[in-house]
Amino acid sequence: MSFVEYSDCIQDGDVAIVYLSHNSVMPVKVQQGAQTQTRYGVIRHSTDLIGQPYGSKVTCSKGGWVYVLHPTPELWTVALPHRTQILYTTDIATITMMLELKPGSIVCESGTGSGSLSHAILRTIAPTGHLHTVEFHQQRAEKVQEEFAEHRVDHLVTVRNQDVCKDGFGVTGVADAIFLDIPSPWEAVGHAKAAMKRQGGRLCSFSPCIEQVQRTCQALVDQGFEEINTLEVLLRIHDVRTVSLPLPDFGPDCRSDGVEETSPNYAAVSLKTTTPPREIPGHTGYLTFATKPRT
Amino acid sequence: MADNGDEEYRIQQGDYVVLKRGDIFKAVQIVPKKKIIFEKQWFFLDNAVGNLYSTTFEISSGGILQPQKLKETGNPSDLKEAGTDNRNIVDDGKSQKLTRDDIETLKEQGLKGQEIIQQLIENSSTFRDKTEYAQDKYIKKKKKKYENTVTILKPSCRILAMMYHGREPGKICHLRYDTLAQMLTLANIHAHSKVLVFETCAGLVLGSIMERMGGYGSVIQMYPGGGPVRAGVESFGFPAHFHDTLHEFPICHVNALLAGELDTTAKDPTAEEKLNLAADEEQIQPEAEQQGSPEEQNMETNAAQDQEKIEKEKRREAKAQERKVKLEEKRKKLAAAAALLEGRNADGLVIASRFHPCPVLMTLLKFLAPSRPFVVYSQYKETLIECYTKLKEQGGTVNLRLSDTWLRHYQVLPNRTHPVLLMSGGGGYLLSGTTVAMDQSKPAASQRSEEPAPKRQKVKDTEG
Repeated sequence: MSFVEYSDCIQDGDVAIVYLSHNSVMPVKVQQGAQTQTRYGVIRHSTDLIGQPYGSKVTCSKGGWVYVLHPTPELWTVALPHRTQILYTTDIATITMMLELKPGSIVCESGTGSGSLSHAILRTIAPTGHLHTVEFHQQRAEKVQEEFAEHRVDHLVTVRNQDVCKDGFGVTGVADAIFLDIPSPWEAVGHAKAAMKRQGGRLCSFSPCIEQVQRTCQALVDQGFEEINTLEVLLRIHDVRTVSLPLPDFGPDCRSDGVEETSPNYAAVSLKTTTPPREIPGHTGYLTFATKPRT
Repeated sequence: MADNGDEEYRIQQGDYVVLKRGDIFKAVQIVPKKKIIFEKQWFFLDNAVGNLYSTTFEISSGGILQPQKLKETGNPSDLKEAGTDNRNIVDDGKSQKLTRDDIETLKEQGLKGQEIIQQLIENSSTFRDKTEYAQDKYIKKKKKKYENTVTILKPSCRILAMMYHGREPGKICHLRYDTLAQMLTLANIHAHSKVLVFETCAGLVLGSIMERMGGYGSVIQMYPGGGPVRAGVESFGFPAHFHDTLHEFPICHVNALLAGELDTTAKDPTAEEKLNLAADEEQIQPEAEQQGSPEEQNMETNAAQDQEKIEKEKRREAKAQERKVKLEEKRKKLAAAAALLEGRNADGLVIASRFHPCPVLMTLLKFLAPSRPFVVYSQYKETLIECYTKLKEQGGTVNLRLSDTWLRHYQVLPNRTHPVLLMSGGGGYLLSGTTVAMDQSKPAASQRSEEPAPKRQKVKDTEG
């Protein structure tokens, strides 16, 4: 197992994703002799996990069952332990494409936070790219570094514990792309420019408030960035349902030739459709993209 | 000064590039002396060769491109005069003193866009009374119309996806770029994986997947009809080795492959037939020609006639030989793709086509390993509802999700920040999920000797 390469069977030391039900998954660090409690009972790693193919159904002690899935950045995003607010897959997908990330890209990111986006970046830039990520909170920086090692992607990433607004990214002239998710991104725009390749590159800043976006855009203009573009992507999930719509009873049909036809009492039409969830996330953040021209 | 890191950033002969003006894109190849028409203007790309990508060029007379000098910043008019509101601005249709003919004359004189705009401003009686914002808007609008510049970009998934969506949405089943972005992520496309693709989006989806794989791993394109469509892939301008990772397999042989009845060692019978037909046609043609002029034929000497016959024979044979080689190549390719599929251990499946997705999905899912993601795009939600229902009935998948995304752009300017336009509905729908092992009776009572005894017999049910 690795977050950047598939393997078929679960091995000791892997991180597997246990799929309990829709919207309920948990990460499990596989260890010989260990066991994991779930609401369906116990999973014994040595027999239930190790050596089994990913995607297997595992019957737990109480007779319930779960599926064990190969980790992906997308599953990790819904399973990871939150230390901060995180970016979700919808925004991550947009960021990845608009930053033009691909194998070999050199990327700078700040802050690292819980590492949700970091894993997606690493997946995309492997095997030849590199991620320089900056997190000013020491504990978080250490924790995420641990996770990268556990997930076998630490060779692709450098975590720096410093303040990006004061000290920058710790690299200059190397990045193809920059991502900022910090409270005052405008203070880091200069450092971002310095970290980018002379030949140019792409930048993205994620901010929840429009005032942050305005200051960032102004800073980007001042630093000579081009193609400045702010957008927002919202996910809509459609629940597939069979609905049944009753037909009203209009009473006996008087036109029929004297014969009184009794209409069926509880007639209804059923159809397959989708319903939107009662509440959906209406806003995550504005994504501001820009291109650094060649300097 | 030689710049070592720059070679890959320079425009070269034969490169596939994207032209840009404003929000309009067009993909072209750099071919010597080829006339390009873009946004109602024609020009040649010869001069662009050797320049750096992302350079903006001015189009001068004769369609020659000149790299633009440092961009003049600021407004053409540095008038700081502006009105506060529009209470006194009357639309009498006479505010512009220049007539259409005047403007045409200015254009013919070869005046630069910037200069024409300046003239328009000077001859507008209401410009000074407009608010600062209205002036800005006026200039932007005129710039869009009169500026004759073009920027040459290196193609990327981002640019091509935006280009196709803007120019030819019909060709890509109205797949909006943010939806494509979701697909690439939900399918966990990355280097060193084996991905199955079925698309009728001009090759845009295929190309995007190849870009994300960076030439590592393999992509198998399942294609309908006579051959795969890859115009969009060309536009990416991938290095040659990327194409070594690309395989193709005709969808019409999928049933045979699944049944284990596909014989890739024998020649493709339909292709064989075509070969024979083609050979027949050629045979008939010369005869027909000969029949057309019997007198002429008689007048010729026999020797010349024989000579001609031999040459024709030779040509025909060479052509047949060529075809045979091509067929052999095709057969080898088919065998290679079949070998990749036979393991039924693909790492991902992406479907985006004008065909009904349900049978495509149900069939191609069989080639996926367990615990692998798949994504189906459809312009219509109803088809995906059907897919969802079928998958639920059949089992073998988890994490099913039917979704779409809204994309909203913002204008961010001092005191003028607001959403630009709402795009909804048109971006298409996605059904995504993960494969799992199909239900099978598990071997009863697995060995648990090496496990420590459960700490507690009763496990508390924790909610959520």
